[in-house]
Amino acid sequence: MARLAVNPTRMELRRLKTRLATATRGHKLLKDKSDEMIRRFMELVRLNKSLREEIEGEVSDALRSFMLARAVSSSEDIEQVLSMPKVEVKLETYSKNIMGVDVPDMRVTMPPAEDLLPYAFAGTPSDLDSAVIKISKLTERLLRLAEVEKTCNMLADEIEKNRRRVNALEYVMIPRLNETIKYILMKLDENERGNLTRLMKVKSMMNDQQL
Amino acid sequence: MSVNGKIAVIGDKDSVLAFKAVGADTFGAQSMFETNDLLRRLKDEYAVIFITEDLAAQVAETINKFKTRAYPAVIPIPGSAGTNGFGIKGIRRDVEKAIGADIL
Repeated sequence: MARLAVNPTRMELRRLKTRLATATRGHKLLKDKSDEMIRRFMELVRLNKSLREEIEGEVSDALRSFMLARAVSSSEDIEQVLSMPKVEVKLETYSKNIMGVDVPDMRVTMPPAEDLLPYAFAGTPSDLDSAVIKISKLTERLLRLAEVEKTCNMLADEIEKNRRRVNALEYVMIPRLNETIKYILMKLDENERGNLTRLMKVKSMMNDQQL
Repeated sequence: MSVNGKIAVIGDKDSVLAFKAVGADTFGAQSMFETNDLLRRLKDEYAVIFITEDLAAQVAETINKFKTRAYPAVIPIPGSAGTNGFGIKGIRRDVEKAIGADIL
C-alpha cells in the first residue's frame, strides 16, 4: 500500500496519529451500523417474501375473476359501474427513519364497509362481485407489501453504500495511515541515530585533538 | 408530514380496471414507451404505483431510478395471467445486493 506523500516531521506524525484514531473509530461505528442494518434488513426481507408469496396468488386470482366478468359484459358497463367506488382507501404517507435511511411509513385506513359493491346487482355478472370483494380485501395487504418492499429496496441500497465505506476505511485508509506513520517513525529514528553518531564522532575527534 | 397518498395502477387495461373499485387510479399501457411515459408523469403525484410484472420487467431501468427515494414506491404485481417471478426476483436481487449472496 502506497504511503501518503507527507514530510517526515514530528508535527505530521502527530496529525496522522489523530487521523488514524478518527478513521479507526469511524470504521468501528460504520461496521456496527452495517451489522444492525443487515439485521433489520433480514427481518424485513423475510416478511417481504412471505407477504409477496401470499399476495401474488390472490392478485392473479382476483384479476382472473375480473377478466371473466369483462368477458361477459361490455367494457362500458364495467367502466361505468366502477367509476364511482364506494370504499375509497385512505392512505396517509409519512416517512420514518431506519438507521439514517428515510423509508416510507404508510397508514392505511379502510373505511368499514358493510357493502363493498358500488353498483346494483342487475346487469353485472357475479364474477365482478367476487373480483371486487377479493381486491378490496387485498388492498390493505398490498399496500403493506408496498411499504415493506420499498423499505427493503432502500435498505439494500444503503447497506451496499455503507459496505463500500467500511471497506474503503478498512483496506485503504487505515493501512495507508499505518504505513505512513511507520515511515515517519523510521525516518525520525534514523535522523536521531544519525545525529547521535555524528555527536559521538565529533567528540572522539575532539578527544584525539586534545591528546 | 402527512400527505394524502394516491395509488396508481399501471398495466394492461383489461385487468387493472378492477382496482378502480378500491379508489385507485388506473392507467392502461401496452408498450414499454407508454409505461415509461406514464411512470414519469405519475412519479410526483402518486405515493404508490403498482405495475404489472410483465410491464415492470420492461421498464426495470426506470423503476431502478426511484429506488433511492421513499416515494413513489413502485411495486410489481402479477397480472391476470399469474406471476412470472419478477417480483420475487426483485427481492432476491435486494438480498444479493445487501448480503452478497442469495440466502433466501
